[in-house]
Amino acid sequence: MFSQGLVTVAYIGATILFILALGGLSNPETSRRGNVYGMTGMGIALLATILGPDVTANLGLLIIAVLIGGTVGLLLARRVQMTQMPELVAILHSLVGLGAVFVGFASFGDPDKHFEGVEQTIHDIEIYIGILIGAVTFSGSVIAFGKLSGKITGNPLILPARHWLNLGLLLAAIWFGAQFVQQSAAGGGMMPLLIMTAIALLFGIHMVMAIGGADMPVVVSMLNSYSGWAASATGFMLSNDLLIVTGALVGSSGAILSYIMCRAMNRRFLAVIAGGFGTTSGGGAGAGEDQGEVVAVDAVEVAEMLKGAKEVMIIPGYGMAVAQAQHTVHEISRKLIEQGVNVRFGIHPVAGRMPGHMNVLLAEARVPYDIVFEMDEINHDFPDIDVSVVIGANDIVNPSALTDPDSPIAGMPVLECWKGGTTVVLKRSMATGYAGVQNPLFFLENTRMLFGDAKATLDTVLANL
Amino acid sequence: MKIGIPREIFPNEKRVATTPEVAAQLQKLGFSVAIESGAGETANFADQAYADAGAEIIGDTRALWDSSDIILKVRGPEQHPTLGINEVDLLHSGQILISFLWPAQNPELLETLKTKSVTALAMDGIPRISRAQKMDALSSMANIAGYRAIVEASQHFGRFFTGQITAAGKVPPAKVLVIGAGVAGLAAIGAAAAMGAVVRSFDTRPEVKEQVESMGADFLLLDFEEEGSGEGGYAKVMSEEFIAAEMALFAEQAKEVDIIVTTALIPGRPAPKLITAEMVSSMKPGSVIVDLAAEQGGNCELTVPGEVAAKHGVTLIGYTDLPSRLAAQSSQLYATNLRHLLTDMCPEKDGNVVVDFEDEVVRGATVVKAGEITWPPPAPKLSAAPPAKKAPPAAVPAESAKPSVLGPIALFGAGALALFGLGIVAPPSFMQHFVVFVLACFIGYMVIWNVTPALHTPLMSVTNAISSIIIIGALLQISSTETWIMWIAGLTVLITSINIFGGFAVTRRMLEMFRK
Repeated sequence: MFSQGLVTVAYIGATILFILALGGLSNPETSRRGNVYGMTGMGIALLATILGPDVTANLGLLIIAVLIGGTVGLLLARRVQMTQMPELVAILHSLVGLGAVFVGFASFGDPDKHFEGVEQTIHDIEIYIGILIGAVTFSGSVIAFGKLSGKITGNPLILPARHWLNLGLLLAAIWFGAQFVQQSAAGGGMMPLLIMTAIALLFGIHMVMAIGGADMPVVVSMLNSYSGWAASATGFMLSNDLLIVTGALVGSSGAILSYIMCRAMNRRFLAVIAGGFGTTSGGGAGAGEDQGEVVAVDAVEVAEMLKGAKEVMIIPGYGMAVAQAQHTVHEISRKLIEQGVNVRFGIHPVAGRMPGHMNVLLAEARVPYDIVFEMDEINHDFPDIDVSVVIGANDIVNPSALTDPDSPIAGMPVLECWKGGTTVVLKRSMATGYAGVQNPLFFLENTRMLFGDAKATLDTVLANL
Repeated sequence: MKIGIPREIFPNEKRVATTPEVAAQLQKLGFSVAIESGAGETANFADQAYADAGAEIIGDTRALWDSSDIILKVRGPEQHPTLGINEVDLLHSGQILISFLWPAQNPELLETLKTKSVTALAMDGIPRISRAQKMDALSSMANIAGYRAIVEASQHFGRFFTGQITAAGKVPPAKVLVIGAGVAGLAAIGAAAAMGAVVRSFDTRPEVKEQVESMGADFLLLDFEEEGSGEGGYAKVMSEEFIAAEMALFAEQAKEVDIIVTTALIPGRPAPKLITAEMVSSMKPGSVIVDLAAEQGGNCELTVPGEVAAKHGVTLIGYTDLPSRLAAQSSQLYATNLRHLLTDMCPEKDGNVVVDFEDEVVRGATVVKAGEITWPPPAPKLSAAPPAKKAPPAAVPAESAKPSVLGPIALFGAGALALFGLGIVAPPSFMQHFVVFVLACFIGYMVIWNVTPALHTPLMSVTNAISSIIIIGALLQISSTETWIMWIAGLTVLITSINIFGGFAVTRRMLEMFRK
């Protein structure tokens, strides 16, 4: 079997492979190879650990657990619809959190581990923090899963004095932490640990419940980050560098994603976590004002418009995912390209319910990724665009983010489609977006509204091309 | 209610107030539609097409006027050439007439309509507000006139519009100057640019610069400060100094360009004289001037309204019936404008119209209501120019930028202090792990910023899979002699393997889809 030295070498290899796996994602071409690196790294780490000196008994249980878990995982991965990706990612995060909690408790109860003095204290704090983060990740992800899959309402749940409630929970967690360290030194400590776990679970639930549907990209990436920190904390607890490094990689990845998402909405991270998007500023300025009349068109006219255009920009939003319209969108774009129209896709960073959600849907529909552009790449091209088609998006194309300093979404970068020739907005009704803000775009002279289910109307557009 | 569409009687008027398509749509609103035999002939709509659309064909003019509740026309009432009476006399009390009426120029017509105690709506009186765009017949006609102006110009211009380099020599592109960038001007710019000409344009209203440029023309600027936007999005009369500067610009341009299209109009006034005889004579022989303001006296001194004249080797086109020269197109757009107006006036869709003075559009268009002159309407207050007095929005970013200097310093200070404190109390074994941790965070930071935003979802699923490395913790514990630890570890192995296999597999599935 492997010696400790060999195991360490294997861990170094696995670490490098993980870094390469993440590095590979800089480009779709190299990303597939990167994923192979990641799998190899994981395989090496697992084999080395299993063959290493620490795994001495209960191999049967281990193999059965891996087999069951692996089968379930593969089935999930095969069955999941691309539109359900955010839910899947959320529920997978919860498993990491739960794993961290379990490992923490098992480590606490492990009779073989003996520390003295400061080391004992530090080990206890590590266990405590590991379980805390794990529990928050677990309950938070379960709630996020519920919200994303529609099992729980997407509206933010605003409890009275929720900031004080959060602060109280935090202080309680610290106080029980102190209790735990004291009692643990005396050989006990299970009770405060359990109470803290309950508090952490409540905190996770409350935190995500208070966050609205449009902020979900931030929440999902934040939970992604937490699952990394949980792994890292577990690594400290077990004095295992591989866990520390991997956890830190994942943790910073999630943190950066959260940062990108917050920046794309021009909101502070803390403001998102504190929750309640669009509920603070009196329901949005101008929502009740008469902004004029919208001009509705039918699908046949839209098809004519598209045929007559030279430059078309398609701006998908969550509505496209809901209506499962990505394949029709691709067919439309393909047909237009055949007719010599330059079709491009403009993706806002927070379109959809998780980072990169729209890209995955378009990729699923086999839209070539070199005509799919990020907001920063194409925003200055809009004056040359003849027709922009906004599919089920609202806040990300709202001009008041730039013009109205009182708007709840003021300062958020948006796709400036109104600078082009004509904008066609596909919407089910005149309801406001998640931010609860009326969108002046709909009332502009060069905007046409196409009401109805995105899939059904786009099918009609396609038939008329 | 019954809508009647008589044949237009004005000489050379080829348009008709409804098309078969619109006739069918009007019936959906609950109206019945009757049309005078041959009314659509000049616009290439046969009687049979109207009949197929469900309209009644009436041969006798008087019968049509008598039986209809609403009369839709293009031109206002005229002396009828065959019946020998004025069309006004064909109207009967309570009838509604909708057509172009030009109330400012025709006060005596309003008086006659008043005595007939009819209700009359002038399509030229539709206010220019966003909501009324779909019924703005002036805009639709101006659009056609602008397009047709270029077609007429090319007809009389002896050369290509587009520049070419051929085996037989180089052809320079035609240079077109469009004066006045209203709807007609913009349509002319678009048509000329589409034919390949070099187009430039001038307008007294600076806010149209962007529109001009978006149509593919250069916007000529005067070195002079004066705002030319009047009420309702139209131009107003400018100061003398401004006009002098403007004339100098035109004189200079006239020597250079091949084609001039003038579209300058000020509501309720004769067209401003912008092109003098001197400028015409300074133009290159073979040049063309199309004067879209010919009906209001012309922007060019030498224009002969309604005709094509040749002066100083320059062709001056003064047609006043440009929309009628594209009869099928203009009939279609005009009929649609009328349909939109009737849709608004018939909210119940039961074929009954309401002349509702609360409705700004109907109020603006109505010149006579049941025997009372209601013209001029109260002035509309909206201008197409954005209100200039808004507070500069620049105040917002300035505020948020303020804490940027102190923030990082405070953060670094706090971080350094925390690390210092940690270094004092923590044992060396912990610090070793801590070094690894901090370095890993930095590697993560560097690597993740390079990830393309398109792959953020795969990034999340792959980081999810590798964060299940936590399985190692469970593997180390599964051999424990404590039974409960063994079972918990086993359970952890199970759930984390879901994650590992599921995460990597779904990432692979997604990445397979990203193809060029």
